[in-house]
Formats: sequence, structure tokens, C-alpha cells
Amino acid sequence: MLANLNLRAAIVSVIFLITALGLWQLATAPQALTGAGELSEYEMLMGGASQPSGIPAPSQVFSHAVDELSRPFYDAGPNDKGIGLQLAYSVGRVMAGFGLAVLVAIPLGFVIGMSPVLNKAFNPYIQVLKPISPLAWMPLALFIIKDSNTSAIFVIFICSIWPMLINTAFGVASVRNDWLNVARTLELSKLRTAFTVILPAAAPTILTGMRISVGIAWLVIVAAEMLVGGTGVGYYVWNEWNNLDLASVIFAILMIGIVGMLLDGMLVQVSRFVRYQD
Amino acid sequence: MTAHFLQIENLARRFPQPGSKEPTTVFEGVNFSIEKGEFVCIIGHSGCGKSTILNVLAGLDHPSEGHVIMDGKVIEGPSRDQGVIFQNHSLLPWLSTLHNVTFAVRARWPKWNRARIREHSVKYLEMVGLGEVLDRKPAQLSGGMRQRVGIARAFAIEPKLLLMDEPFGALDALTRGVIQEELLKIWARTHQTVFMITHDVDEAVLLADRVLLMTNGPNARVAESVIVDIPRPRERATLHEQPGYYPVRNHLVEFLVRRAKTLASAARDADPRHTPRTVNPVKPDTFPPRPALVRSG
Repeated sequence: MLANLNLRAAIVSVIFLITALGLWQLATAPQALTGAGELSEYEMLMGGASQPSGIPAPSQVFSHAVDELSRPFYDAGPNDKGIGLQLAYSVGRVMAGFGLAVLVAIPLGFVIGMSPVLNKAFNPYIQVLKPISPLAWMPLALFIIKDSNTSAIFVIFICSIWPMLINTAFGVASVRNDWLNVARTLELSKLRTAFTVILPAAAPTILTGMRISVGIAWLVIVAAEMLVGGTGVGYYVWNEWNNLDLASVIFAILMIGIVGMLLDGMLVQVSRFVRYQD
Repeated sequence: MTAHFLQIENLARRFPQPGSKEPTTVFEGVNFSIEKGEFVCIIGHSGCGKSTILNVLAGLDHPSEGHVIMDGKVIEGPSRDQGVIFQNHSLLPWLSTLHNVTFAVRARWPKWNRARIREHSVKYLEMVGLGEVLDRKPAQLSGGMRQRVGIARAFAIEPKLLLMDEPFGALDALTRGVIQEELLKIWARTHQTVFMITHDVDEAVLLADRVLLMTNGPNARVAESVIVDIPRPRERATLHEQPGYYPVRNHLVEFLVRRAKTLASAARDADPRHTPRTVNPVKPDTFPPRPALVRSG
């Protein structure tokens, strides 16, 4: 029955993909030229009628993708790098910013979660800082840090910190009283209680916060790199837009989606280790 | 005064009441004692503060008045001397059966090595018949098995006083019977001092040396201390054939149905420092009622 379900889902998936690609191909098929031989003023300006139509067909995107993926790590100067290299820059920035945020958010969330006073005291600040678009920090970051790459990492840090902080504090604060009483009757030290009871109890909630954070970080890095420029997949998209190379843009969009999915998938794997059934 | 192992003196617990300056008194003037190795059950209707008394003995709650002395020391907080079995097993769900017990054993004897901790833990898990499921998580166990892990964990740390808050309340009647007998066996081997809350009269008669009866709350008291004069070893199957069974059972039921309520109103005029009347329903002449002592004297 399960195999049957998977099979049926796969069939629906494939049908959907074929239909979508077919419609895309049809919509971008070169139209029969009206009045053959006559070029519009724009076409003459652009050097003839051999210009490809605006949006590339899926077949073009596919052949472009094969070409790009066959040499992902080439580096032919600042404006011509392989997609693998660009993604590596972006992933590197996300990891740096996200990693720093983990180091700050989880210990801080722990302290806030364990202390009702700090919880109440910090809550207004968290509520104000959380909804700020991370890109709004960019000018300030650029001015203070004076380095575009570090500023991008800072922006990732600031956007990743809130979901993890809030989830950690919530997870720690809602550890079941029974479990804490077990620790108390066994006279465990505060530190041992934190590591052997509270941390494992709150781990699934913390991991959920980390998943939300890494998702936001990956959304934000593309926009941040469009601003700071230089390297990264966000810069790549913007650069190809300036080149009017839409096949590259579409290809890059797909790659952003796939890498985002992989980042989330990694944390899903981690969360399997800490999940428990109550 | 003779020194008892556990001495509860003039215990009271009052909670502030919203919208009133007068606090609610759950119970007051609670005096009783428990000897080493004794199995004592406490019965009373909901709201009389049984669980609060247990939490005070565990050190998890503090009394408004009075104190508890165990082995010559006042109980001021939770410690490894008091093991607790809660109503809802309170196992750590991310640890296996074995590790739930080793977790406690390691905390109790930090200097033991791994092998010794494991051996000690397995011994107690085998006593409750769980030797085969050491690696399962609590979620993969039945309700009865989970409660058994809780029992093994509590006995394994060999506390001076074992506290049980309706340990079998959430179990079906058949499972409850089986685990009661297991509890009897493990208690017979270890001779722990046990203080247990129950709502089940038959459970109390089967397990206890003595049953404390509480009047209804608020202002509840421990009114009587009923001796269960039935020889051990006791078995569920033959318990009702014992000559002492019906006198004890009837006395407990009669108290819960009739006197828990009437005594509750009478108690308000009584001596605030009264000690519970000791009763032996099997040999009523052993402890004749002493009304003069119950009233202010």
C-alpha cells in the first residue's frame, strides 16, 4: 500500500513536471515573424533578427545547466566564475553567520529560558529586533565594519539569531516539571541538570529554531550579495541579469532552491538524533 | 519521646486565596511517625492534601508550619535520601529503559564505574521483570512497564525513604494487580521504608503495615492510624481468606464513606496538636478508643 502510494505520487509529480515544462516551452517558442525580412527599429539596433526571444525555453536552460554543471569550479576573473564556486561563497557566508548565531543564541536562550526574570526583561527587545528586515542593518554594518564580506556575514548572523533564541528559550522554559523534579531528587548540580535533562528535553525545539534560522539565512544571503557584490550566488544572479543572460538567471534560481533544500535536509538529519517520542 | 525514623510534627500547608486575605488551609496539625522498614499508606478524598504532604516529605514543597525529621535531620529540600515515584512515571523519554535507571544510579554513587552501575541497574530492572527490554525507549513500553521502570529506578538508588504518589493510578486493574505483587516482592527483599498515597482500599490492605486516614479538606487532618494486622507474605489471591481482611477493609471503607466528612467538621474544634488515634480493627481491644486524648486535654 505504501509502495503503491509512493508510486502514485511519483506519477502525479512527473505529469505535473512535464505539463509545466511543456507550457513553458510553448510559451517561449519563437513566434512566426510578421512581415518577414522587415526588422523593427529595435531589432536593427540589437544587430538583427537572430536575437533569441526574451525568456529562454526550458531546453535552453537545460543545455546551459549541463554546460555550467560540467565545470562548476572554474574561475575566469571577477565576473566569470563557476556556479559551484559562487554557491560555495554563499554557503560559506551563511555557515559563518549562522555558526556565530548558534554560539550566541543557544547559550543566551538557555539563560533566558531558565530565568523567568530575564525572560520578561529581554522579551520586549527581542520582539522589537525580530521583525527588522536584516537588510536594514546593511548600511550600519557597512559603515561600522567597513568590509562588505564581513557585513554580509553580520547580516546573516542578525537574521539567524532570533528564531534560535526564541525557540531555545521556549524549549528550555517548557521542560516538564516532572523531569526537573527527577533531577532535583537526585541532587544533580545545576550544570548537570542543564546538560543531562534540560538540553535533551529542549533539543527538538532548538533544532526547529535552527531550521527556521538557516532557511531565513539562505533567503537573506541572496539579497545581501546583490547589495555587496563581488562573489556569491546573489551577485551571480544580479550579474547575469545585467548581462541579460536569463538562462543563467533561471539556472541560478533552481540551484538556490536545491541548495536551500539540502541545508534544511542536513538539519533534519541532525534532528533525528535528538528527537524523542513522549 | 522515643525517636522515630520519620517524624512529622504539626505540619500545615496554607495557600493564599485570590480575592481574600484569609489563606486556605489545606491541612493542619498533621502529626504522625513512620518506623524504619515500615510500609505506610495514606488514604483520603481528593483535595485533602495527600500529595502536598508527600511533596513536603520529598522536599519538593515547603510546609507553612511544622517540620519533618528524618533520621534525626530536618528535611529542607529534595535529596537522594528520598526517592520518589510519581503518578505519571516521569521517565526521561530520550533515554532507554536501562539508561533511565543508570542515570539515577550514577547520580547516587558517582564513584562507581560503568560496569558496576550497569550491573546494579540491571539487577533492579530484572526484579520488576524488565530484563528483556533494556534498550527500549519509554514510548515503546506499555503503561505498566513504564511504571515498573519508575519503580526499579526508585528502588535502585536505595533511598532511606521511598515516596509513591498513586503509582498505579493510571493503570488498568489487571496490570495494577500484577505490579502490586511485584512491588510486594521487591519490598520484601529490600525492606525499604515506604510512604504511599493511594485511593484504592484493597491496595492499601494488600501492601501496608499501617494505613493513615485523612479527613476531608480544607482543614484536613490525619484522623486515624489503622494497623493492618494481616500476616505476611500476603498474596492477592488469598488475601480475602485471611481473618483480618474484612475487619480492616470494612473499617477503611466505613471511614471514607461516612466519617471522613463528619470528622472534618468536628476536627475544627479539636486540639490543633492531636495525634491520630491508633486503631487495630482485627483486635479492637488492643487500642481502645481514647476520646479524652483526641479532645483538648
